[in-house]
Amino acid sequence: MITIDDILETNRMITQNKLDVRTITMGISLRDCSHPNIKQFCQNIYDKITTSAEFLVKTGEDLESEYGVPIINKRISVTPIAIAADSCKTDDYLPVAEALDKAAKAVGVNFIGGFSALVDKGFTNGDKILIQSIPQALANTDVVCASVNLASTKAGINMDCVRQMGEVIKRTAELTRDQQALGCAKLVTFANAPTDNPFMAGAFHGVNEAERVINVGVSGPGVVKHVLEDLKGADFSQIAEAIKKTAFKITRVGQLVAREASKRLGVPFGIVDVSLAPTAEVGDSVARILEEMGIESCGAPGTTAALALLNDAVKKGGLMASSHVGGFSGAFIPVSEDEGMIAAVKSGSLSIEKLEAMTCVCSVGLDMIAISGDVSASTISAIIADEAAIGVINNKTTAVRIIPVPGAKVGDVVEFGGLLGYCPIVPVKSEWSSEAFIARGGRIPAPLRSLTN
Amino acid sequence: MKLVVTVVGKDRVGIIAAVTKILADNNVNILSINQNILDGFFNMILLAEASESKMPLVELQSALKTQGEEIGVEIKTQHQEIFDVMHKI
Repeated sequence: MITIDDILETNRMITQNKLDVRTITMGISLRDCSHPNIKQFCQNIYDKITTSAEFLVKTGEDLESEYGVPIINKRISVTPIAIAADSCKTDDYLPVAEALDKAAKAVGVNFIGGFSALVDKGFTNGDKILIQSIPQALANTDVVCASVNLASTKAGINMDCVRQMGEVIKRTAELTRDQQALGCAKLVTFANAPTDNPFMAGAFHGVNEAERVINVGVSGPGVVKHVLEDLKGADFSQIAEAIKKTAFKITRVGQLVAREASKRLGVPFGIVDVSLAPTAEVGDSVARILEEMGIESCGAPGTTAALALLNDAVKKGGLMASSHVGGFSGAFIPVSEDEGMIAAVKSGSLSIEKLEAMTCVCSVGLDMIAISGDVSASTISAIIADEAAIGVINNKTTAVRIIPVPGAKVGDVVEFGGLLGYCPIVPVKSEWSSEAFIARGGRIPAPLRSLTN
Repeated sequence: MKLVVTVVGKDRVGIIAAVTKILADNNVNILSINQNILDGFFNMILLAEASESKMPLVELQSALKTQGEEIGVEIKTQHQEIFDVMHKI
């Protein structure tokens, strides 16, 4: 029998600690939509997406109401367009992005991911066209997200793509300069990208996935922080146990929502992504959890160890709570989407270099970091290369979602709005050039997996 | 299907009557009620069996919420499963 305390605890998590299901994401395969005529291809993908996801938003809203837990986003991920559109006789995938945008709006989802290419080893013609199309695609659409997997532990780092992505990011920023370079917030470069991630901007429906699938991302940094507030002075074994128990509870809610959504939509359940996804609101911050452990301000020495413990305990607690865990599963450390990270950048305790160190132990990478628009394409490429190297060598996912805001300087604060939050411009050591390094191109070979010292 | 109805707000005459009338009218059977008054504030957690409910859950929730607004209390109705999954292995 359920107890009064259990009911009160669950409802406190939801109302006071901002526990929510961050996203229900439907993955849809577009592999059967290919056609040499791009107009026909666009029609095919529009029809398939709008038919497949017709009831996604309504189902999410019903579940939110019935269980009394907020389900913030309903989203769609599709087969990487570079693969799905590879047979189109064209040199520009902009119409495809526009078709995705139109389909997403027709079914009422707030983002659609999969304007993507997987080029960790090399480019097909479709990959090349897609990457060239990204800036205009992100400028001309509202809800389309793009991602490029340019490195993997198995293949190494595609440095030609790394070079190109620096330029693509700069161009995207320029084309969306009226919106504080918002296009770059919808663009991620990956190493070891997961194929079942429900979170944006990096979601795509991998080629190894089923025809359609339901993936759910949970959240709840506020709940973890609340638990730690009652553990002042406790040692790390106790902290790790408490985080595991909390992650278990959070994940069970995700599993319930995923199972029900899957049943009602008649779409197989894929995975629950057990992540702590912060927002810029007070009480929903990963940085504040680290500070609760005893770090005065996020970024001070000790931050990486605190984050390592948090990330690991979240995974361990979440694993047992769901039949299938996937995606990123861990703690996100986006800057603009985390009130504590924003404060830490403002106070000077958190730098991009410390963030890079933190990405060795967090679930993803350098995320939602606004930098000055003066930073060169080659420096951005070099940041991507560093981050990819961390992922490739450590056999983990890493990513870069960086926003060079035209006209903005260190000291400015840029506002992206909504869940994307706001961000002080983060200083980058761009006075020393990485140009000659990035100009080399080629591939950094796949690493040795033994003698790992 | 079991429901958990949570009612919180300033105490007044007829809160339980208003809530239970909607449940009775819709053939929802009450299993237990836990209620108290703290500093003039009314708190109630009610468990009910709604398998034979005349209304779908979403409509019943909406009817209770509207009633709550009329009498100045917050009424939250949830499927019990969310509490079960979180607190039972």
